[in-house]
Amino acid sequence: MSARDVVVKDRRNALKIARGLGSSQSGVGHWWTQRVTAAALVLLGLWFVATVLCLLHADYATARATVARPWNALLLIAFVLAMFWHAVLGLQVVIEDYVHTRWKEVVLLVAIKFLAVLGALASVLAVLRIALTP
Amino acid sequence: MADTQRPLSPHVQIYKWQVQMTTSIVHRATGVALAVGTLLVVAGLLHLAAGEASYAHFKEIAGSPPGLILLFGWSWALFYHLCNGVRHLLQDAGFGFEIAQFVRSSWLSIVASIVLTVLVWAYVLMHGGAA
Repeated sequence: MSARDVVVKDRRNALKIARGLGSSQSGVGHWWTQRVTAAALVLLGLWFVATVLCLLHADYATARATVARPWNALLLIAFVLAMFWHAVLGLQVVIEDYVHTRWKEVVLLVAIKFLAVLGALASVLAVLRIALTP
Repeated sequence: MADTQRPLSPHVQIYKWQVQMTTSIVHRATGVALAVGTLLVVAGLLHLAAGEASYAHFKEIAGSPPGLILLFGWSWALFYHLCNGVRHLLQDAGFGFEIAQFVRSSWLSIVASIVLTVLVWAYVLMHGGAA
């Protein structure tokens, strides 16, 4: 292989290569994660709706026992994590599209991440508390 | 509005209405609504974990008229975002890009979301209401 072949194969600016920021490093990461969490939520969302409908008139002990069942606790935690992850990725795009004042945009982007992490942790702790305490 | 002085491109009011515009905008709107609705899921779990009185209080608020109206709205938003989300996933996989298919799948999302919402609330009513 001659030096000429190398030049033809990679047309990026030398600085771009050095920084490792070329295409497909992380560019599709947001897009792909949004789709993967969406696919998970199709299944988990339908399961969640069915579970809530089953608990419509359940008394407290039944509702608690249902959530405490191992499969239900597992799927509920998976649902909540996928839900908050997907929500943050979606809200991020909405904020980036419509909030044009840079400092407001950054504040909102950080705020939704803080809120989502708090919400996810609170939900997981609640499920664990129900599942692990008799 | 942008804090730049650049000229703006034409916005939605310039274009003739098409169903795909509506499904796209409503997908976003329901997404934001559902993001707010995540708080309801957290609240439900926290109240269930906190004890019987706490859970009864949560059910009372959720079953009150304003609570039911919100639940109805969120249930439709969920089903719409679900149906149209599946449509988008299929389009991401390369299906349904003909204009006629695009219009048809848009209407399908809308109709399917309404049917699912009606089915769920019919189930709720047949089982003695939500309160």
